Amino acid sequence: MASVPSKLYSDDVSLVVVLVDTNPFFWATSSLSFSQFLSHVLAFLNSILLLNQLNQVVVIATGHNSCDYVYDSSSASHHGVENRTIPALYSVLLQKMEEFLIKDEKLGKQESPGMIASSLLSGSLSLALCYIQRLFRTGPLHPQPRILCLQGSSDGPEQYVAIMNSIFSAQRSMVPIDSCYVGAHNSAFLQQASYITGGVYVKPQHLDGLFQYLVTVFATDLHCRSSLQLPRPAGVDFRASCFCHKTTIDMGYVCSVCLSIFCKHHKKCSTCGSVFGQAQADNSAVSDRKRKAPET
Amino acid sequence: MHNGEKKRLNGEAEEEEEDDLDEDGMDAWERTYTDERSWESLQEDESGLLRPIDNKAIYHAQYRRRLRSLSTAGNAARIQKGLIRFLYVVVDLSRAAGVMDFRPSRMAMIAKHVEAFIREFFDQNPLSQMALVTIKDGVAHCLTELGGSPEAHIKTLMGKLGCSGDSSLQNALELVHGYLDPIPSYGHREVLILYSSLSTCDPGDIMETIQKCKQSKLRCSVIGLAAELFICKHLCQETGGSYSVALDEGHFKELILEHAPPPPAIAEFAIANLIKMGFPQRAAEGSISICSCHKEAKVGEGYICPRCKARACELPTECRICGLTLVSSPHLARSYHHLFPIAPFDDLPPSRQSEPHNRSHRTCFGCQQSLLITGNKPGLCVACPKCKHTFCLDCDIYIHESLHNCPGCESLRPS
Ligand SMILES: [Zn+2]
Ligand SMILES: [Zn+2]
Ligand SMILES: [Zn+2]
Ligand SMILES: [Zn+2]
Ligand SMILES: [Zn+2]
Ligand SMILES: [Zn+2]
Repeated sequence: MASVPSKLYSDDVSLVVVLVDTNPFFWATSSLSFSQFLSHVLAFLNSILLLNQLNQVVVIATGHNSCDYVYDSSSASHHGVENRTIPALYSVLLQKMEEFLIKDEKLGKQESPGMIASSLLSGSLSLALCYIQRLFRTGPLHPQPRILCLQGSSDGPEQYVAIMNSIFSAQRSMVPIDSCYVGAHNSAFLQQASYITGGVYVKPQHLDGLFQYLVTVFATDLHCRSSLQLPRPAGVDFRASCFCHKTTIDMGYVCSVCLSIFCKHHKKCSTCGSVFGQAQADNSAVSDRKRKAPET
Repeated sequence: MHNGEKKRLNGEAEEEEEDDLDEDGMDAWERTYTDERSWESLQEDESGLLRPIDNKAIYHAQYRRRLRSLSTAGNAARIQKGLIRFLYVVVDLSRAAGVMDFRPSRMAMIAKHVEAFIREFFDQNPLSQMALVTIKDGVAHCLTELGGSPEAHIKTLMGKLGCSGDSSLQNALELVHGYLDPIPSYGHREVLILYSSLSTCDPGDIMETIQKCKQSKLRCSVIGLAAELFICKHLCQETGGSYSVALDEGHFKELILEHAPPPPAIAEFAIANLIKMGFPQRAAEGSISICSCHKEAKVGEGYICPRCKARACELPTECRICGLTLVSSPHLARSYHHLFPIAPFDDLPPSRQSEPHNRSHRTCFGCQQSLLITGNKPGLCVACPKCKHTFCLDCDIYIHESLHNCPGCESLRPS
């Protein structure tokens, strides 16, 4: 990472951290096979590296039981061949990916399989953000980082808090999270991630043309992106789910101490243990204040 | 009537007032160098280049101490935080704010850090509201009403910078008390006063006003810029706030940012309650309707109250028609890391790293940085007590201060 004099980093040099969903439970049901999917992705990674010789690509596998780094274009270059040649990317990435898949499958055998079909997006997002922080530490001049989630599995509700934490941390460091969702229904997690961090969310209509979608939407650097006409978000679901039954609600009760959400009135908060007074004597106090406030 | 009873914090304040003339016949530009001693933070590296001193280890130790004191101090009441706050920030823009002991002036320095504070405050207190008040020419003005939009506050404050006249603590407290008294009981009422003056010019008895604030459970804190004042100290003691005097710009920044994290909830200050809230959908793009907040016709981008279907421009807010509190779920989720904090990581002494089970951990699990310092000697690193993965010191700080997830624990499916 430090081998290039930082002077060379202009605003069109990118670091793209790609999170690849390897969840076997999803790929078994998808119309696109995992190997077809990988060939689209490999061609896309190559195009990023060819767009600018200083561009950098890091690939993290999002498995069903674990997450790990599988490729880093900055460290792979010392592997033998002088210039980054195309076969080097393919061979290193495919080999590490296979090792990862075997390891991930072994971890799964210890428990009852097939119960949860989600993949560990919260883990790979956290890894990606740690890697990007390391880039920020190298000095004021560095490639422009962004995260691209290539996801197909459905959302895992148990990861909600961790994923939201990652999204807010990315937002604070101004790292956009782009998402390309190849699953059947929309992912509310990724919709919110891209909306909050200013990234792009795309759900391709035809998976055979995946490479085309990836290259036209996600290959351009952030500087040029502003001049492109990119797909607009169809809408973002901001409704909340209650802590008691995990159902989606548009009106509910919130604990004033810990902000836990409930769909019904309770006597005691199950998260923080606060005991509540009577249900708030509706909004008389609030409307009083409204009347007193001076018109400006 | 001057109510200020001056007390010198130490000799420093006195010196600052007199150094207008000359100390050892130095010019102002020379003095900045002697004051800051900027060369002391440099060291020479192997190739003879000057580099900033590597105080990573020192910095990390400080951070660990902070983390540990936080986790022991409020272990029992850890998740009982006052997350819904109503804060009035009072900025003293009297004559004294124009003094140039802070550069370029107290006023400009305050504005700079108040801006950072406002952003940090809304980041950490998603459902809270803030308002700005200024004191100028002996009168207190409400600059912005209670609201949840950081940009609106910052824009108004930057447009109204300019100082003149005397300062009046009583007028400011009376004004703020009038606004804060009627707010609902579940909210924490707080006042943060940034006070430049060494006196207060009041129309009546300030002690009565202080008692009134105490009765209404207003928590008043003061950050002074000149020297300690008895009346400020008395105000803070009576109302349960904190009082401090900034020594320099860095100290001021530290003091003001201490007010950003939610204070521990104290039962007598706010009563726990369940608040009915609405989670509106974003309106369909391109739809036209009249918003209830600005009373203007707007195209697209708006939120619809689930109870009465009125349109609001921004969240969080209260529906102007039916009074329902409107929030989006990400706003609530912003504070969930207070509920589920991650455990501090354990120090891994270099001796233990050579144990066979730690041998594979030569890189940081988070960022892949090598954990070996030159000469293949293991450097300082930490390990998560739950997942046992090792991390570098930089990731440790990032994980606990910003990310609030352990990447190791998140990369394992809980069994
Ligand atoms: Zn429920
Ligand atoms: Zn609670
Ligand atoms: Zn409006
Ligand atoms: Zn309404
Ligand atoms: Zn690290
Ligand atoms: Zn862990």
